[in-house]
Amino acid sequence: MRVMAQMAMVMNLDKCIGCHTCSVTCKQTWTNRSGVEYVWFNNVETRPGQGYPRTYEDQDRWLGGWTVNRRGRLTLKGGGRLRKLLSIFSNPKLPSIQDYYEPWTYDYDTLISSPLQEHTPVARPRSLITGEHTKIRWSANWDDNLAGAPELAAKDPLIKGIEDKVRFEFEQTFMFYLPRICEHCLNPSCAASCPSGAIYKRSEDGIVLVDQDRCRGWRMCVSGCPYKKVYFNHRTGKAEKCTFCFPRVEVGLPTVCAETCVGRLRYIGLVLYDADRVLAAASTQDEHDLLEAQRQVFLDPDDPEVVQAATAAGIPQDWIEAAQRSPIHALINTYRVALPLHPEYRTMPMVWYIPPLSPVVDVLRDTGHDAEDHGNLFAAIEALRIPVEYLARLFTAGDPAPVNEVLRKLAAMRSYMRDINLGREPREEIAARAGMTGEQVYEMYRLLAIAKYEDRYVIPPAHAEQAHGLEELATECSLDYEGGPGMGGSGPFGESSGGVSPIAVENFRMLQNRQSTDTMAAPADKAQRVNLLNWDGKGRPEGLFPPRRQS
Amino acid sequence: MTTMLWVVVPYMAITVFVVGHVWRYRYDKFGWTTRSSQLYENRLLRLGSPLFHFGILLVALGHVGGVLIPKSWTEAAGISESVYHFLAVVLGVLAGAMTLAGAAILVYRRRTVGPVFSATTRNDKIMYVLLVGTIVLGLGTTVLGNLTDHPHDYRETVAPWFRSIFYLQPKPDLMAAAPLGFQLHALSAWALVAFWPFSRLVHVFSAPIGYLTRPYIVYRSRDPKHGTRAPRRGWESLNQR
Repeated sequence: MRVMAQMAMVMNLDKCIGCHTCSVTCKQTWTNRSGVEYVWFNNVETRPGQGYPRTYEDQDRWLGGWTVNRRGRLTLKGGGRLRKLLSIFSNPKLPSIQDYYEPWTYDYDTLISSPLQEHTPVARPRSLITGEHTKIRWSANWDDNLAGAPELAAKDPLIKGIEDKVRFEFEQTFMFYLPRICEHCLNPSCAASCPSGAIYKRSEDGIVLVDQDRCRGWRMCVSGCPYKKVYFNHRTGKAEKCTFCFPRVEVGLPTVCAETCVGRLRYIGLVLYDADRVLAAASTQDEHDLLEAQRQVFLDPDDPEVVQAATAAGIPQDWIEAAQRSPIHALINTYRVALPLHPEYRTMPMVWYIPPLSPVVDVLRDTGHDAEDHGNLFAAIEALRIPVEYLARLFTAGDPAPVNEVLRKLAAMRSYMRDINLGREPREEIAARAGMTGEQVYEMYRLLAIAKYEDRYVIPPAHAEQAHGLEELATECSLDYEGGPGMGGSGPFGESSGGVSPIAVENFRMLQNRQSTDTMAAPADKAQRVNLLNWDGKGRPEGLFPPRRQS
Repeated sequence: MTTMLWVVVPYMAITVFVVGHVWRYRYDKFGWTTRSSQLYENRLLRLGSPLFHFGILLVALGHVGGVLIPKSWTEAAGISESVYHFLAVVLGVLAGAMTLAGAAILVYRRRTVGPVFSATTRNDKIMYVLLVGTIVLGLGTTVLGNLTDHPHDYRETVAPWFRSIFYLQPKPDLMAAAPLGFQLHALSAWALVAFWPFSRLVHVFSAPIGYLTRPYIVYRSRDPKHGTRAPRRGWESLNQR
């Protein structure tokens, strides 16, 4: 047993209202730069829908993730090492910018400097790739809320084979939102595809990162990731991906997407897993067994043997305690209501989802039935094959049984809690129909419905012995690091060349640049913006708004 | 003049090449990349890029065989001059044509595809002129030389001169006697070599051969430097994680 800790996330899809706040705050924090205009580390998709980039789930086309070969061994679906090196000069499976979307801005200047005229001036869209005027044809959420569904959603790779059964007429369809970030997989195929070995998994918390100094821009990670969550920065020529907001997580703060989530649907915590079992689990022959195989990789943090092995592996005591209180462990292994996204890609993803009961509830309510009655709900879960089958294709490689099991638990919770809320006697038999006890249902309800900040985000800070440095206390000079203080600005090879500056110093300089800048939009020679990473929402940092004009 | 062109220029170019690479690697790891433009355009790249890259790899191999390996060695191996010449011309022209065709497609793409053109820096343009110029001069010299029926045996002049630079006993007179085509090709190549460390060509030295042998998944410990700064002495973690 080789115990490792993994920082993981669970999202409760029933609570997602599709407001895209997570996407926007993430973008403001991480990809608000040239070269990554088209990049959304966090995006929210309407399902059924094509997703972002378009039809990324069609692995027959994109060949992302892993597959088990004829000898039962796990291999990269896009081809092994030699094949990767031979196709290095032109990656045959790289999505083009049109598969994402062509990023644009508007000619705002027309609005500001237009002369007095009869007609209102118009700010025309301009492509950020070519700089020419453009027509906007697609974006990261073009098919939001089933927009254009009759023609667009039919191209969703997940409804292949059931197209005739899924109706996209407004009254008859179902839909839900799927927020996606990098999965920070236990068996990341992006890392395995990287010829330079620049993508690594942090051994402390399992966060998958791209070493910007070692990345050489071979682009194999982009095609290797089945979730298409590694992006190519076309200005710097390097791969970039979701970082799980590691600078925040290291000091015990949740990721920006989780912190700003309006529906409070995200949970962050640790899981302990056995690294020796990952490969065998990912090689499980039958796709339907992959979910259970991955659950078996996780270790019970309350088991004294596991605690002993974790201590021996150098996991600090506060981390073990955090793993014991982890909402992730509870949702995945105790209540078993969270499911992984596309386990059939065999990357062992670590962002799990509680599938939505809402498609079922909506149909019941719209047909005039009592949508909180457990009898109706259970019957509807059985009867509404299409939403369940769709969810199964998303979360269990097409096996409806585990989805059914989860939906029954959610239905039982809904029904059981109604009795309590109405002051009636709670009925144990409702819980029993989902294979739980009333007490378990109540506990699950507390975690899913009313958990407080500290219960949703159980994030132990990184090593206490470095806390002083991590918290950026003002008792040391912030330029006091190797190579400083000659950092910032641009090197001779264009934007961002030259050595890296540590994140804390970078923010410091960004704030300062922002304050002293006199132009409104992206001056090419200066880094500027208030970095939301270190803005806690309290007060108003200098430079967040332009200086007030003296009238 | 002979010394200037065939001794000073090569040594300067080599010095700039070596020192430049060391400096660039230490100073600008972040800028060390292929700067691929595949995201913008793939139809032409899919054809041009492999053609050019595999071609230039063959050309490089050809130069090893023709310039680095002395004539006496191949003759000792039983390859006569006429056989060598035939092979060298056929393979060389083939590889050169591949490279040139690939480069032509890539340059055409760079000029005509809007996003690619606007992502082209001045540095790239200089690099393209030097690189394509060197290829054209080399290929032209070979083809013209063989068309005129009296091909120059560069293994008597250019090759020994080139090797002599690395023995630190340069023999500039050999090169001064070579035909103009070879001289221009060599000069252009030295300019390219001197410019190399400052261009995107540095990606040649990150050819990911290690990928064939490394384990698929790389684990790395959190780099304490990237938090804010390394822990001070006496505050290191006990188990050195």
